[in-house]
Amino acid sequence: MSFTAGVITFPGSNCDRDMAVAIEAVSGKPATRIWHGDAALPAGLDFIAVPGGFSYGDYLRSGAMAANSPIMRAVADAANRGVPVLGVCNGFQVLTETGLLPGALMRNAGIHFVCREVPLIVGNDSSLFTSKYSAGQEIVIPVAHHDGNYYADDETLDRIEGDGRVAFRYAQNPNGSARDIAGVLNAGGNVLGMMPHPERMIETAQGGDDGRALFESVFEGLSIA
Amino acid sequence: MKVNVHVSLKPGVLDPQGRAIHHALEGLGFSGVNDVRAGRLITLDVADDTSDEALDDMCRKLLANMVIENYRIEKVG
Repeated sequence: MSFTAGVITFPGSNCDRDMAVAIEAVSGKPATRIWHGDAALPAGLDFIAVPGGFSYGDYLRSGAMAANSPIMRAVADAANRGVPVLGVCNGFQVLTETGLLPGALMRNAGIHFVCREVPLIVGNDSSLFTSKYSAGQEIVIPVAHHDGNYYADDETLDRIEGDGRVAFRYAQNPNGSARDIAGVLNAGGNVLGMMPHPERMIETAQGGDDGRALFESVFEGLSIA
Repeated sequence: MKVNVHVSLKPGVLDPQGRAIHHALEGLGFSGVNDVRAGRLITLDVADDTSDEALDDMCRKLLANMVIENYRIEKVG
């Protein structure tokens, strides 16, 4: 079965290669690299990853410039057609800025850049991205961000919690995120944004492989793994 | 036409930078500072016939994130 994953690269992305390597390691198929200035996505993409980094130097707000780049219009169209989209770290910030995901990522409550492994609790094990985990399972994934403090108004938080759209929560909140939210799904369940970096936990040689199941979940869900 | 766009966090949204500035002011010995909120000033030079609607649109689409921020448009001539 043919399978094509795409990884977007913006000026200032720095986790795009890690993401492509992770996708290939889990799926066995190389990911297509996509430049931000392209107005269209390659035809027939099955999965799109928006990687971490500091797109456009985090000018104005983290993710704000990338959200308005030509390729993100195409990504939004694909997401609205149901194509799975994963945004990690800066990618999560980009997806909130485009409006594909609710809320916003603000400066960490403690002001400092936080770079360390954090324990997460799986919140929902029935989503496309989390089916290979079990609800309540604790996993360890690294974070590395300055603006990871998830904010949404109480009504929005109640709605996403009520709808089971909190994919991951911090077991120890590193950044002040509302209700310890580390990763959130869109209403359709095909878009996930998260601050921790699952692509950095694929092989035990990386210190752990707790991120692998996320990619396995997606690829199995698409029946290509 | 020069336009100042003042972008500020909505009331009630935690402002870690404002809090750090507040803390630093206290460290410098300034007493009586009750609260600090940090914002952003964006200065635009736009065509004189730019409509208010267009300015509003710029703010909503890019200059401010309406989830967390408010904006105020000030025409300065």
